[in-house]
Amino acid sequence: MTTLADGEWHRLHPASPLLRGGIFIVAVLGFIIANLRERLIDVFFGVPRYGGDPIDAILERGVVGWALLAVAVVLVLILAVFYLSWRMHTFRVTGEVVEVRSGMLFRSNRRARLDRIQGVNIVRPFIPRLIGAAKLEVSVAGQDANVQLAYLGSTLADQLRRDILRLASGLRQQAVPAPDAALAQTSRLSHAPASPLSPATAAADRARDLFAPELDPDAAPPESVVRIPPGRLIGSVVFSGFTVFVVLAGIALIVGVTAGGSDWLLVAFIPTLIASVSFYFTRVIKSLRYSIAGTPDGVRVGFGLLTTSNETLPPGRVHAIGVSQPLLWRPFGWWQVRINTAGHSSTQGAAGEANTTTLPVGTLADVARVLELILPGFDSAEQQALIERGLRSKGGDDGFTNAPRRAAWLHPFSWRRTGYTVVGGIALLRRGVISRELVLVPLARLQSVAISQGPVTRMLRLASARLHTVAGPVSAYLGVVAAAEALVFFDRIASGAISSAQSDTSHHWNQPIQDQPTAAQPTWKQPNGVIE
Amino acid sequence: MPDAAVGLDLPDVEEWKRVSPRYVVVETVGTIVFGLVLTAMAAAVWLLLDVQWALYVIGAIVLITGASVAFEPRRVRAIGYQLRRDDLLFRRGIMFTRFVSVPYGRMQLVDITRGPIARWLGLADLKFVTAAASSGVLIPGLAEADAESLRDRLVELAESRRAGL
Repeated sequence: MTTLADGEWHRLHPASPLLRGGIFIVAVLGFIIANLRERLIDVFFGVPRYGGDPIDAILERGVVGWALLAVAVVLVLILAVFYLSWRMHTFRVTGEVVEVRSGMLFRSNRRARLDRIQGVNIVRPFIPRLIGAAKLEVSVAGQDANVQLAYLGSTLADQLRRDILRLASGLRQQAVPAPDAALAQTSRLSHAPASPLSPATAAADRARDLFAPELDPDAAPPESVVRIPPGRLIGSVVFSGFTVFVVLAGIALIVGVTAGGSDWLLVAFIPTLIASVSFYFTRVIKSLRYSIAGTPDGVRVGFGLLTTSNETLPPGRVHAIGVSQPLLWRPFGWWQVRINTAGHSSTQGAAGEANTTTLPVGTLADVARVLELILPGFDSAEQQALIERGLRSKGGDDGFTNAPRRAAWLHPFSWRRTGYTVVGGIALLRRGVISRELVLVPLARLQSVAISQGPVTRMLRLASARLHTVAGPVSAYLGVVAAAEALVFFDRIASGAISSAQSDTSHHWNQPIQDQPTAAQPTWKQPNGVIE
Repeated sequence: MPDAAVGLDLPDVEEWKRVSPRYVVVETVGTIVFGLVLTAMAAAVWLLLDVQWALYVIGAIVLITGASVAFEPRRVRAIGYQLRRDDLLFRRGIMFTRFVSVPYGRMQLVDITRGPIARWLGLADLKFVTAAASSGVLIPGLAEADAESLRDRLVELAESRRAGL
C-alpha cells in the first residue's frame, strides 16, 4: 500500500494548476507576443520597427514603476489563485470509494464506488510528462462521470492505480493492514510531493521516465504482452479505407485536369494532400509503442510516443468484442479488435479514436492472445479453434448455425458465413465475407435480446436478430437467420443471459468465493458512480 | 417444411398481456394529426406555388393515413408483454414484428409518461430502460393504475435479481 490509498485526504502534484491551466497560459503568452511582435523582431533580427507598442507608451509616460507593480500584483494574484486551487483540491481513496473535492467558490465533490469502476487510465501528456507528472482517471459508467486526478507524481500515479485496483478487486482483507496501523502510518493531509532529489538525479529520473516502456515490466508476465511492429502499423494505416478515398480523389483530379478542367483544381488539391499526410502521421504517432498485456487486475493497454496513455480494464468490464478485417488487410492477414465498454475515458485512444480499439492491427496469433486476455477462461483449444473458424471459415457445418440458402436473396455473398453459436456463456456472431467480422458477447453483460421480422424476411421465412449491449463501436446483430432458428436463438440467448448473470462475480474479481455478496444483499443499491 | 410465408411467433409462451383497447384512440388521433400536418404542407405547396402534382401527393397522404387508421386496432392488439420468471418479454407489430427479452436484473430505471390524449383517456406509457440504448422496451397504453403497479412490480423483481453493470 502507498500512503495515498489510506482513506485520508491528500493533495495533488504542486504543479497541477499550472499544468491544467496550460491553455490559459498559452493564451496569455500569445497576447503578449502579439503586442510586442515588432519589438521581438527588432531584438532578434535587427529589423527596425515602425510604430509603438505598449512598452513604448509606458516609457514615454514614465510610469515604469507602476507598470512593474501591476505586473507583480498580477503575478502574485495568479500564484495565490493557483496555490488556493491546489490547497482546495483534495482526494481520498477508501475501501469503498474514490472521492475528489475541488473548487474555491463553487465547491464540487465527486465520489465513485470502487466496485463500479469500469477502468483506470493513466495519461501522461507531453509537457507534464517532462516534469514527471501524470493524470489518473477512474472511469465509471455514465456520461462525463469519470473521476480525474490531474496531476499526480508519475510513480505515485502508478502505485495509486495498483492500490485502487486491489481495493476494487475485493482483496482488501488480505492487503490492508489493520485500520489503526493505517491511521498511524501517515500524517493527516500529507500531499503527494514530487521527489525531493537533487537536480541531477531528478533529471536522470525524468529521462528514465521518458524512455521507460509504457508497461511496468513486473506488472505483467512477458508472455502475455502483444506488440505491434512499426512497419505493420504504418502498413495498416496506409491500407485503410482513407487511402482508397485519397487514391480515388487523385484519379478523379487527374482525369478532371487532363479532360480540360481548370488548373485551379490542382491548387485546391494541395491543402487536401497536406491534411492527409498529417492524418497518416498522427495516426501512426498515436499508436506507436502500442502494447497490451494481462495483469492480475485486468487487461492493460498502453500506447503513444509523445503523449502516452495506459488504461487498465478490470475483468468483466467488456460488454462486446468485435474482431474485423477490412478487405485491404486480407492479403496480410491482419485483424482489428474493438470493444464496447460502459465507461469511457475522456482521453482519446490510439489512432485518435475513443479508447475502444484494443488491438489496432494484429495477426491471427495476436488476436488469439488478446481475446485470451479479454475473455479469461475462454481459451480451450476447442474454443480457440471455434474463434479461428469464426474469423476465417467460408461457412458450412463448422460449429456455427448458419443462414439457409434462401438468405442469398438478401445477402448474396455472405449468407454462408452469417451465423451464430453460444459456447461457455459467450455468444459468437459471425458475418460478412468482403469485410469479415466476428462479434463476441459475454452473456453475463448482455442487456437484452431482440428478434424481428419484416414483410420481405417473412416471405423468405427469415428473421433478423440483435443483441443489445452498451453503446460502442461493436454492434452485435445477425442480418438474416432462418425464422425457426431465430426462435431457438432467442430462447437460448435469453436463458443464457439470465444464468450467466446469476453466476457472474467479476465486479469483485479477486474476492474469495465465500465472501461474494448474494443477489439479495443490497450492495448494489448505490446508484452507478455517484456524482454529487 | 411448408413453403408458405410464416410469421414469427414464440412457441410455448403463456397468455400475452395486452394493452388497453382505448389506446387505439391515442394512436388514431396521432396518425390523423400527422396526416393533417402533411396535407397542410402539401396544400400550401399547391396553393402558394401553384404546383399541380401536389394534389396527387395529397391524395396519397389521405390514402395512407386512412389505411393506417384502419389497421390501428390490429396494431394495438399486437402489442403484448408478459412477466416471465426472470425476464420481461415484449412484442409488437404485425407487419414488422419484434420480440424483446430483458432480464429484470438489467433494469436501470422505469419511466412512466403520459401524453395529453392518453391522460384524458386515463392511460400511460411505461418505458423499461437498460444500459443499452437500443433495448427500446416501451409498453404504451396501460391504464394508469396498471402502469404504476407494473412499475412497482418491475422494480421489486429487479431488486431481487440485481447484477452488476
